[in-house]
Amino acid sequence: MNIGDWIGHPANWAFIILGLVVAGAAFRVVTSQNVIHAALALVAALAGTAGLFLLLSAEFVAWVLVLVYIGAVIVLFLFGIMITRAPTGRDVALDHSRKAWAAIVAGGLFVVLSWGSLQAFGTTELTNQGEPTATETVGLSLLGRFVIPFEAVSFVLLAALIGGITIARKDLTPAEEVEREAR
Amino acid sequence: MIVNQFLVLAALLFALGVYGLLVRRNAVMVLLAVELMLNAVNINLIAFEAVLRSSEAVGQVFAIFVITVAAAEVGIGLAIVLMIFRNRASANVDELNLMKW
Amino acid sequence: MSEFLIDYAGLLLVLPFAAFLLIILFGKRMKYQGAEIAIGAMSINWLYSVALLVVSLTEEVARDVQFEIGRIGLIAGEPLVFELGWTVDGLSSMMFFVVTTISLLVFIYAVGYMKGDVRVPFFFAALSLFAGSMLVLVAAPNLVQLIIGWEGVGLASYLLIGHYWEKHENSSAAMKAFYVNKVADVGLVLGAVILGVTTGTFRINEILHLAEEGAAALGAVAVVAGLLIFFGAMGKSAQFPLHVWLPDAMAGPTPVSALMHAATMVTAGVYLIARMFPFYEEMAAGARTWILWIGAATLFLTGLLALVQNDIKRVLAYSTVSQLGYMVAALGAGGYAAGLFHLWTHAFFKALLFLGAGSVIHAVHSNNMSDMGGLRKDMPTTYRTFVIGALALAGIPPLAGFFSKDEILATFNHAGATPVLWLGVAAAFVTAFYTFRMVFLTFHGTYRGQGHPHESPRVMTMPLVALAVGAVAAGWINIPGVYTGFHHMVEVREAFHPEEAPTSFDLTALIPGVIAGLVGIFLAYRIFKPDRASQAERDRVEIPVFYPLLRRKYFLDDLYWYGIVEPIKGPIARAVNWTNTYVIDGVVNSVASVSLFLARIVYQGLDQRGVDGVVHGLSAGAYSAGGSLRRLQSGRVQQYAAGFVTGTLLLVVALVVFR
Repeated sequence: MNIGDWIGHPANWAFIILGLVVAGAAFRVVTSQNVIHAALALVAALAGTAGLFLLLSAEFVAWVLVLVYIGAVIVLFLFGIMITRAPTGRDVALDHSRKAWAAIVAGGLFVVLSWGSLQAFGTTELTNQGEPTATETVGLSLLGRFVIPFEAVSFVLLAALIGGITIARKDLTPAEEVEREAR
Repeated sequence: MIVNQFLVLAALLFALGVYGLLVRRNAVMVLLAVELMLNAVNINLIAFEAVLRSSEAVGQVFAIFVITVAAAEVGIGLAIVLMIFRNRASANVDELNLMKW
Repeated sequence: MSEFLIDYAGLLLVLPFAAFLLIILFGKRMKYQGAEIAIGAMSINWLYSVALLVVSLTEEVARDVQFEIGRIGLIAGEPLVFELGWTVDGLSSMMFFVVTTISLLVFIYAVGYMKGDVRVPFFFAALSLFAGSMLVLVAAPNLVQLIIGWEGVGLASYLLIGHYWEKHENSSAAMKAFYVNKVADVGLVLGAVILGVTTGTFRINEILHLAEEGAAALGAVAVVAGLLIFFGAMGKSAQFPLHVWLPDAMAGPTPVSALMHAATMVTAGVYLIARMFPFYEEMAAGARTWILWIGAATLFLTGLLALVQNDIKRVLAYSTVSQLGYMVAALGAGGYAAGLFHLWTHAFFKALLFLGAGSVIHAVHSNNMSDMGGLRKDMPTTYRTFVIGALALAGIPPLAGFFSKDEILATFNHAGATPVLWLGVAAAFVTAFYTFRMVFLTFHGTYRGQGHPHESPRVMTMPLVALAVGAVAAGWINIPGVYTGFHHMVEVREAFHPEEAPTSFDLTALIPGVIAGLVGIFLAYRIFKPDRASQAERDRVEIPVFYPLLRRKYFLDDLYWYGIVEPIKGPIARAVNWTNTYVIDGVVNSVASVSLFLARIVYQGLDQRGVDGVVHGLSAGAYSAGGSLRRLQSGRVQQYAAGFVTGTLLLVVALVVFR
């Protein structure tokens, strides 16, 4: 497959657009000096990712991503930002001074990963493009073959739920405890 | 579409996530970068599934698991950051060096 | 019966040592402080010796019982065998009787004399030790056992002379006795070893048999061995010039003087020569001349020394030495039975005189005759027995001393040693003179001391009476021509050629001897009987030059002191000390300092720097490595994450590159 053929497919144009959106948003996430901007950029990245999923015939996962990630996780983040009074102005430096080392490390990681994938997969094409995976398939799989991981993950959620509440609960001073008992 | 385009994109996202992990000073920002990394992983999984096309949509199922666990992790992580903030009135990771030598 | 007695005669030897142990263990708690044990043991021994004496008198038994205790192998020939045991024959039976009789009487006497003394149990224990050693010596069938007994009596003598060791002169006297004896013992041991090695045996009877046969091997060394053995006898029997210890030994309690230094221990030398008599007769004729002349010198010179003594015990001490000279000279002249006969009678009357002197000392609390006088009224028993003893000593018939002294003089005559005969007669005069000087000064005239002397208790006077009986009658068992039982008895032994006993008195010897004695008594009576108020008047017999020489004891003690003792004490001792400090200690110290030096090297070099250096280096290395590495633990999670990612990358690259 050569570039000419690749460009010819309209799916690839969608990919290029979505990819740029995602990459750009991701870049903004890690370099923005404004925490709110970074959070919102993550929203954009996630949205773009959902679009990519659609391209990859994973409809169910795409909408799950939108619901869970963008709907709940980002909201949680925004709440977290608010409560921890993260500096929302532009004047506070959000980054360390030693950005170069991190850039080198990240760059190296990118090189290795992409080189690895290129070596492994070469020009392998996607199979059955355009044919979406049926949600029914995913559901059956989830409660069939992968029921045990499914239950395990539900435990994880339960633990996270309880854990989160316990950790974030306000510690009462002894005086306040007595007061609460009295009431 | 070749699978590699997605894989390289995912690698890019992952690397950016690592960069953000290493660079950011606010704990919440670090968690944001972690989310980015997990997202890259999801792209990878879905792309592989798009190649494999297994009868049980294995890649997609795992992507769902990853999303779920990421959500749980964010919940706990933010709870911890909240506690730290309450105790120290700051969410600066540089100051979280009690395990220093 | 006699066989039985001989087989078990070892009891005689063992009992006194058993008594010694028992007294040491239990003496303090007993009523008489252990004297009961000593007297009990000695009574049994006395009865046994009486039985043996009867056996020897009636039968002719001469038998050894010996048990081997060890052997050493010589390079060539047979191994030398060491044995212990006992001999029972005429000579040893006689000696057993003398030792046990005098010991028993002295033990009884000592109960009264030593009453209230500071160390009574030890005293009786040492006396028992002495008696046992003396019996071991006398019963010895071989030279080794004889030397064992010899040394044992020397030890006991040392212990007993130094009984009042709190006073320095007493312990010095004990040491003097020991040293002089030890010098002489060198001769004895050398002589015994020479005999033992050349003949291959220490058994006395076997040596005597070899001497009889005229064995060639023995002949070469006979004179030397004989002289060496005689030298040993000179020490123990106080022959001139080794007599110097005996007068000083009077520092011990009087019972000790009576027992050891009159009757028994000092006679050990005489006994030794008598025991070896056939040896001297057959092979060592040259030695006999020495024995004769040394004995002669002793009997005369030391008798003179008794003239100038004021201490009553010293008079008796020199008298003892003089009489020992008679015995030794008699043996030297060939008078075996004569010498032994004088030993026998002398034991009785000398012990009597000593115990009597002790009785006087006990009453007057002084040894000096200048504190005595007129005691015959206050101490009648002591006086009468003392006079009997003095008469016996002076050789007045019919007391014991007459017979024995006469026989000795007869021996001198018979051997043709006329000069010695005249010395003997002169000494008899001197003996009588000084003896009765002592009697008159002590018992006649008026009392010159303080206090109120009274007669001693019966426990002390009874032995005096018993000994007085002996002093009178002991001579009657050897009267020439009448009854010579003693003579025959002592000749009953192995390897011995009996001589005929004299059948009549030798008048050439008898008449001068008796006259000398009577003249001596008369002169003493004239000079000392009248009461003299002061010492100077009393010693009116003052011969210039002669008496001062006597007082200085012929300067012998000075000779020994400045000639031998001082050089040893001074330069020689200093030289030895120097050698010890610088040479011997120097070697030791240098070994020590070399070791120290090496140890320091090992310690500082190897251990401190080397081993410890390695150890410290390791720990310091670990420490500094840790110090450096800990900086990795910054506590900052992002740094950890960075490291983690970088590491993973490197790993992957490595895996791919180095596939």
